[in-house]
Amino acid sequence: MIRRVKQRYFALKIESAESFEEGDVRDAVWSAVIQLFGQYGASQAGLFLVEYDKGKKQAVLRCAQRALSMVHASVVSVTKMKDEPATIHVLRISGTLRALRKKR
Amino acid sequence: MTKFVDLHLCAPFRDAEQLRRMVTKSFELGYRLVGIPLPPNLEVDKVEQLRKICSEAALDFVSRVDLTPKNTRELLASLRRLRRKFEVVSVFCISKPIARQAAKDRRVDLLSFPVAKPRNRFFDSAEAELASESLASLEIDMAPLLSLEGYLRIRLISSIRREVAIAKSFRVPVVISSGTTSDFLLRRPRDYSALAMLFDMDPSLAFSALSEIPLSIVERNRLKLSPDFVAPGLRVVRRRDP
Repeated sequence: MIRRVKQRYFALKIESAESFEEGDVRDAVWSAVIQLFGQYGASQAGLFLVEYDKGKKQAVLRCAQRALSMVHASVVSVTKMKDEPATIHVLRISGTLRALRKKR
Repeated sequence: MTKFVDLHLCAPFRDAEQLRRMVTKSFELGYRLVGIPLPPNLEVDKVEQLRKICSEAALDFVSRVDLTPKNTRELLASLRRLRRKFEVVSVFCISKPIARQAAKDRRVDLLSFPVAKPRNRFFDSAEAELASESLASLEIDMAPLLSLEGYLRIRLISSIRREVAIAKSFRVPVVISSGTTSDFLLRRPRDYSALAMLFDMDPSLAFSALSEIPLSIVERNRLKLSPDFVAPGLRVVRRRDP
């Protein structure tokens, strides 16, 4: 029997003088994972940008539970987005979207 | 509640505005105690000004000096001159004799090594054995891990991984610091502990490298620098009224 893949949700805050599109954030996270863990690692991460609020510069990212520490390390290693200095801070990590929103 | 410490916040002490910004950011990210490296000849009123800026941001300020001696004689002279002036003394080891001398000297709190040259990172088992018998800890700055790219970062991660494994086997304490001059490279303690998985450090070990271990260094030195200190295990409890 195939077991259900458990997920984890990250609440992220993007810090930069510039404002970015959803695609820029997604690209930055993906390339950080690939840079640190390679394509094999990225294939296990199950990354998905659930939502992005351009105004608040906040995002929700989903990943596989078993890749949690890998994704966390990659996300915080982002220093640039579209060649502009940017930082991503992890505000919360939760097992469900509902709990994540409650905590926020 | 865990008290997180960043012993190497390289804030520019001459630029009050940037310093204030970095100190405030450190507090927002969850640190409660920051060590700012100062030049050995900095005036006392400047240090007090720094202390005031930190206390305004609800942070505990730790004075720190980074020694970069050219030889062991210079190291010993600097330690003799500066040990009682600063709460934390770090030695940047650029050669093996300096690294060995720093590791066995009980006046040294932190050992740090060049980032760009992995061959000049002299933290091997002999160094760890000397450090384990004294009070020195291995300091890992996280800013280079974030700012370097490609081959340089790979080599740095590999060197740190080896050093952390050696430090663990010889029970040498490891301290994780930001080591950043820019607020863009500052991260939360939890984020640093996630990054520590890159060099195979357990999250619990990483947490203590960000809290208990640096805190114990600061407390130990503050006790030694207090006027009541006589010798290890001996202090003045009460003075006779004049």
